Amino acid sequence: MTIPIEYYLILSAFMFIVGVAGVLTRRNAIIVFMSIELMLNSANLTLVTFSSYLGNSIGQLFVFFVMTVAAAEAAVGLAIIIAIFRNKLTVNIDEINILKW
Amino acid sequence: MFNNAQEFFNLLPLVIIGAGIVFSLLIEMYSKKSELLLPWFSVIIFLAAGLHSLYYVGDVSIVLQNMLATGGNVNVFYAIFTFGAAIVCLLSIDYIKKYGTYFGEYYIILQSSVLGMMLMAGAKDLFVIFLGLEIMSVSFYILAGMNRKKLNANEASLKYFLLGSFATGFIVYGIALIYGSAHTTSIDFITSNFAELTKNILFITGVLLFLIGFSFKIAAFPFHMWVPDVYEGSPTTVAALFSTGGKAAAFSAILATLFALFNGPAGNLFTPYLAVISVLSMFYGSIVAIAQDNFKRMLAYSSISHAGYLAIGLAAGNHDAIAGIIFYLAAYTFMNLAAFGIVSLLEGKDETNLSINSYAGLGTRKPLLAALLAIIMFSLAGIPPFAGFFGKYYIFIAAVKAHLTWLAILGVLSSAISAYFYLRIVVLMYFKSSEDEFVFEPSNNAMVAIIFSVLLVILLGVFPGTFLDLITRFI
Repeated sequence: MTIPIEYYLILSAFMFIVGVAGVLTRRNAIIVFMSIELMLNSANLTLVTFSSYLGNSIGQLFVFFVMTVAAAEAAVGLAIIIAIFRNKLTVNIDEINILKW
Repeated sequence: MFNNAQEFFNLLPLVIIGAGIVFSLLIEMYSKKSELLLPWFSVIIFLAAGLHSLYYVGDVSIVLQNMLATGGNVNVFYAIFTFGAAIVCLLSIDYIKKYGTYFGEYYIILQSSVLGMMLMAGAKDLFVIFLGLEIMSVSFYILAGMNRKKLNANEASLKYFLLGSFATGFIVYGIALIYGSAHTTSIDFITSNFAELTKNILFITGVLLFLIGFSFKIAAFPFHMWVPDVYEGSPTTVAALFSTGGKAAAFSAILATLFALFNGPAGNLFTPYLAVISVLSMFYGSIVAIAQDNFKRMLAYSSISHAGYLAIGLAAGNHDAIAGIIFYLAAYTFMNLAAFGIVSLLEGKDETNLSINSYAGLGTRKPLLAALLAIIMFSLAGIPPFAGFFGKYYIFIAAVKAHLTWLAILGVLSSAISAYFYLRIVVLMYFKSSEDEFVFEPSNNAMVAIIFSVLLVILLGVFPGTFLDLITRFI
């Protein structure tokens, strides 16, 4: 018995919404970043689902690109978070607020 | 990899920048004089790539297994990016010396961000859009935080990183849905089957998510929160690149992907969304900019309102609008580079002279700089003999032709509001005097860059037809 495609799509849409909600509500920079990764992974799940459903491999190829880019982004992002932690000793984005009008 | 020598030749602008990155890494590693060599090396490769793309602008072709387009307006975009980046390099030389924070990586990452922009402009496949966008964005996150000992640079780069990758999430999910409904990532296929695809709710959602993600990148209204903070916190020269190259690249990607929006009634589906974000960003940008005291924040809000004018072109959705958008982007790039250039030149060592009031009396103290800044302010406000006016004019005309007269009228209203804070600078410079001492370190490199961009702004304003004909020929 195969699982219908809708199930996968609903799961990934749900993951995406969890990611967006996490970015909007969480205050710790690292958790915000993890929520962003969740959004990227939900897109990956969608791509793989469509790829296997349509029987063409473009979607799976795309997933590799997304994963590579997510890794590069993680490297840069964690470096930025470390740089700010060294100067300010916090990663809470409510306390990182010297710039505003 | 390359089918023939011609294909390689058409790709030369990209190849030059790519090879330039590798050579720059070697220079940085092995040369003790890299601080002297790298900026000029970058300027040379940018100019070489830009001149090549302008000279062979007529060689329209599609290369690398339908992945990249070359020639035509793609090359016009290449020229905008590379000349803009060359100006940024010239501005950076003395700016970096002033702050004493030289990192060779600065120029290398600058080059890689331009490579990303070029991939976005030439993309013929959603793969390439995504890769180009990420090469550009990741480089930008690093550039924003280049001054790593300073807290506000760190903060700017963190904000840019978090919101930028949040937007990337939307774009990737949008691309996934577009792929699912179109069964391919080829942009040509999407363009030619657009009318049929828009019957599919999955496709509409995908395109909307894609547009939302790009609204972050072009700094349009509901997604503009990062702009003023990032521009204020990051080095001024880098902010110049964000506001010009970054915005132009995001628009070039929208033009490349959603060319179908400009091709007939099926595109009108997205007009309401685009019209709403354009109106909101125009007015929000122009009204909040009035309240700003910091020059860089004022330019940031003005950049939000310019994103609004450009989005009018997207909403208008006809071929005149494409020409208008490209013209406006070229004009806007050089206006803003000159404005940020003057700010970076006048900026003192510890971020002094950034408030608007410190420009009082500049007209008598530094007549040449004041005159250049006045020209730029007139052009940004959209006053006739300069390029900014024609950019707005072409876009508003396109909106009228698309029966969106109300949008054009709102655009004119908003630019009337924005004239207030641009002209306030001119009034301060010429009609107020100031007792405070005004110290800054003069820089010939920066002067050359500023004068070059002001000349381009005047040329585009005096002979708008020449450039417009060039663009229109390729649509």
